[in-house]
Amino acid sequence: MKERLEAIKKAALEKIEKADAMESLNDIRVSVLGKKGELTQVLKGMKDVAKEERPIVGQMVNDTRAVIEDALEKEMTLLKKKIREEKMKREVIDVTLPGKTHEKGHRHPNQIALEDLERVFIGMGYEVVEGPEVEYDKYNFEMLNIPANHPAKDEQDTFYINKDIVLRTQTSPVQARIMETGKMPIRMIAPGRVFRSDEVDATHSPSFHQVEGLVVDKGITFADLKGTLEQFAKEFFGPDTKVKFRPHHFPFTEPSAEVDVTCFKCGGKGCRMCKGSGWIEILGCGMVHPHVLEMCGIDPEIYSGFAFGIGLERVALLKYEIDDMRLLYENDKRFLSQF
Amino acid sequence: MDTPISWIKAYVPDLECTPQEYADKMTLSGSNMESVTYLDKNLEKIVVGKIEKIEKHPDADKLIICQVNIGDETIQIVTGAPNVSEGDLVPVVLDGGRVAGGHDGGKNPENGIKIKKGKLRGVESFGMMCSIEELGSSRDMYPEAPEYGIYIFKKDVKPGDDAIEALGLHDAVVEFEITSNRVDCFSMIGMAREAAATFRKEFHPPVVTKTGNDEDVNNYIKVRVEDDELCPRYTARVVKNIKLAPSPEWMQRRLSAMGIRPINNLVDITNYVMEEYGQPMHAYDLDTIANKEIIVRRAKNGDKFTTLDGEERIMDENVLMICDGEKEIGIAGIMGGENSMVTDDIKTLLFEAACFDGTNIRLSSKRIGLRTDASGKFEKGLDPENAMAAMDRACQLIEELGAGEVVGGAVDVYPNPVKQIRLPLEVDKMNALLGTDVSKEQVLKYFKRIELDYDEATNEVIVPSFRQDLHRMADLAEEVARFYGYDNIPVTLPNGESTAGKKPFKMRVEDICRNVAEQNGFCGGMTYSFESPKVFDKLLLPADAKERQAIEISNPLGEDFSIMRTISLNGMLTSLATNLAHRNKNVRLYEFGNIYIPKALPLTELPDERMQMTLGMYGDCDFFNLKGVLEDMLDSLGLGGKSEYIPTSEHPFLHPGRQANVLLDGERVAYIGQVHPEVMDNYNMKGEVYVAVIDMPTLVPKATFDRKYEGVAKFPAMKRDLSMVMKKNIFVGQLEKIFKDKGGKLLESYELFDVYEGDQIEKGYKSVAYSLTFRAKDRTLEDAEVSKIVEDILVELKKLGIELRA
Repeated sequence: MKERLEAIKKAALEKIEKADAMESLNDIRVSVLGKKGELTQVLKGMKDVAKEERPIVGQMVNDTRAVIEDALEKEMTLLKKKIREEKMKREVIDVTLPGKTHEKGHRHPNQIALEDLERVFIGMGYEVVEGPEVEYDKYNFEMLNIPANHPAKDEQDTFYINKDIVLRTQTSPVQARIMETGKMPIRMIAPGRVFRSDEVDATHSPSFHQVEGLVVDKGITFADLKGTLEQFAKEFFGPDTKVKFRPHHFPFTEPSAEVDVTCFKCGGKGCRMCKGSGWIEILGCGMVHPHVLEMCGIDPEIYSGFAFGIGLERVALLKYEIDDMRLLYENDKRFLSQF
Repeated sequence: MDTPISWIKAYVPDLECTPQEYADKMTLSGSNMESVTYLDKNLEKIVVGKIEKIEKHPDADKLIICQVNIGDETIQIVTGAPNVSEGDLVPVVLDGGRVAGGHDGGKNPENGIKIKKGKLRGVESFGMMCSIEELGSSRDMYPEAPEYGIYIFKKDVKPGDDAIEALGLHDAVVEFEITSNRVDCFSMIGMAREAAATFRKEFHPPVVTKTGNDEDVNNYIKVRVEDDELCPRYTARVVKNIKLAPSPEWMQRRLSAMGIRPINNLVDITNYVMEEYGQPMHAYDLDTIANKEIIVRRAKNGDKFTTLDGEERIMDENVLMICDGEKEIGIAGIMGGENSMVTDDIKTLLFEAACFDGTNIRLSSKRIGLRTDASGKFEKGLDPENAMAAMDRACQLIEELGAGEVVGGAVDVYPNPVKQIRLPLEVDKMNALLGTDVSKEQVLKYFKRIELDYDEATNEVIVPSFRQDLHRMADLAEEVARFYGYDNIPVTLPNGESTAGKKPFKMRVEDICRNVAEQNGFCGGMTYSFESPKVFDKLLLPADAKERQAIEISNPLGEDFSIMRTISLNGMLTSLATNLAHRNKNVRLYEFGNIYIPKALPLTELPDERMQMTLGMYGDCDFFNLKGVLEDMLDSLGLGGKSEYIPTSEHPFLHPGRQANVLLDGERVAYIGQVHPEVMDNYNMKGEVYVAVIDMPTLVPKATFDRKYEGVAKFPAMKRDLSMVMKKNIFVGQLEKIFKDKGGKLLESYELFDVYEGDQIEKGYKSVAYSLTFRAKDRTLEDAEVSKIVEDILVELKKLGIELRA
């Protein structure tokens, strides 16, 4: 009996080793281990075995079965792997063929710049607010310390609807509107369209965008203004950006400043973009003029604040190195799809 | 404001810096540098030479050979210049040197012209004698230079001297942008004061001494000011025995550096004082003045007046005039009259230095259409105190230059002298505003340099009259900041109550719409808010269309930009037409922009500004591509499946059979359609264009980001396909409404899977096939209940004449 089992095992293992297809392995399994297989036949012959030897023989049969099953399993795994590898060899593709996409649209560069800017200020706790584009003269000028006949009214080349209503020349009237509500503290930015009667050319447009910023609270200082805009510049233009504050004059802030940042193209060494100076002017700012606070019903003895205004197109044109402002309004797909 | 550094140094003698350092530091203390022009640009190796000997060139009639002493040696120079003689002292550029330009005075090359020794018709030449044009200047600035030929020094120079130095060209002119609040800086003295304070050097303004003879000016002229609001101060002095002559070289050089052409001593003195003090002056020929009196009054409407440029101009009652006893002789602060003009025969001169209301000058000059150097200064609002100072300075120069005999005394009509401004010195408050810790002593040091005095007894700062911009603590704080240095102010962040950064809901909705549009291939565009009223015709809007009620701009850039848009399509169609003209394929654009709907016209209150999202596309697409985008968008806003598309023909600019209003809860949020072929013609477009306009104020309140998990289906669905035959003019929307109404809660979804017209179907009819999916959340549906619902649906369909396809 033992010899017979050994013979079955040996024959089976030899066949298994020679097998080179899944079918032959399956055949082996059926012919040896199957219902009518050799090993099963052995088990069937157990009735001829002495009763006391039956457990021993049974164990021997089971051991033999285990060895064959194990060998079958291993060979199958090997064979599967081999077959898969051969299949994959046939499946090589040209990975340098173009990818499949569908045509996507693009954000307008101005909008991208705006969203970048909003993200920075929202992170600093600012609320984004809006104000009307067709605005009362009162908010656009008077409340900002620009009384009737002030030369600044000429400087800004205002479009008038009538003597009381204008197309806003700046986003600053939103300052007055927010301060008037009297809710403190204020930390806001107000992006939006503004209008000035400039003829269209490469650097001028009668309609463009500004982003106004305003902070009013107890104890706000010029140092806070510097810190805020420096942080903004570093986040918006890059961590190595340096900021320069130059004294300037705006009717609605005092003290006032213009802010330059190190040229983001040459890093401050001087290039064509910054006209060799290494600096690029990006915004105007200052401490909210006490008279402006008063006109909005805020006591300048208790509260102070700062405000700033950024020309969005200017930033977008510089950032994306766009050389003609008219491109922003022409909406040519070949331009828009570069952003 | 241009400032030649040499002129600034006349008042700040200790100023030691390069032009660039000067410009940079001045910028940081508040005078923003615009440009630096070096007068000695490209002038190298140029010395004074003395022509010792002149010989004829052996081989050229028009050339001469000069032996020129240049100090330590004598060199040979060949020239074609006709104007030199032996003994002349001339500028000579040596071998390897450089000049600014050619002798024709044309545009100078960027890097000048290099000069090398060479041979002219076989004779060696070791340099070049220069004309004033070759030195980068002109006869306008150096009137003594000859019209053609070499500049010949008239002054005391010797061979070997630096010729550029001798010509006063080692100088730079720095141009500053002066802000409107700093009227005092539109003068050389004002800028010098700033420079002295910035560089912490001593400031030496001109010392003006008493002038005039023993006579009394009141015997020569009387002055009456009828409108002292428009003329707060009028001063006058008289100069007799005028001797016209060129002004001295130092004065000519300073004026030239400013780009002002020297003319004669009288004109030069007025120009010089205007630049030095920032105070325009005017000179009248006293002999032309009737009754020897000056009257300052408003003109009468329609008065005609001929200014000294010979132009006749029409006045109105808001123009201030200078008149004599009989007639008008000048427009105050703008330009004098032809009738009182100073000529070369002048014997007695009336000097005027006055202060006029800045706003009035600005507006008058605009109305008359005449802007002069003088009006440009006056319109900034000058300091009345400065008028007499400038007048006395001018008379001092008259005496110094021997230009005439100044009559004693001055007429000064100044009824309401400027009140001295005193401000409390609040150092703590200034530090609190700036975030600094500057000591009182330091503050007072800064103030002293800009002539702000301090009254210790009252703790007040005394503001000089030329600083009309200082009114309160914040103004003084800026002065501290300027001289403390903006860059020295610390950098901190606001440390009050913290606030949450956020965007309004509206903008969140807009962002989602942008994202969906872009995912679907639409690029963000931007168009103007104002357009031409012709747009309404281009869009075929009828005469009574409400869109024609548009706000007009009273001073537009032109008709094309004259009304505020009431409909957003023109911008979109124009942009699409541009793309089409550029042969761009498959263009899809969207824009967010306001339209402006007046509540009443003419406008008395602000209009309703309605944000519109406009989508437009052409190319590989049809109506349903665009509709799909809208559905996608509404789905992203929590409004999926809630919209209704109502066919309409109400939009005249759209194809009457291919347009729909999009309703949510019965309210129109958008319209969509194919652009009308005639409108396509109007925009020079061919093919098909589809547009949709979403009214954001209607859409936004309906949008929701509130989502609730509804579980995934646990029970099987039951599907029924319906293949129907119906008349062609029945829209599937009608079917879907029936499905929704009759399907109730158990109808999970329906899907159109076939529309067919053709051979198999009777003419005028179409076949439409839908797959309906039914499902209950809590149980497996019975066949019977689904059949019942389908029966109900079929009954309703039958009412529209819709039959199941056999």
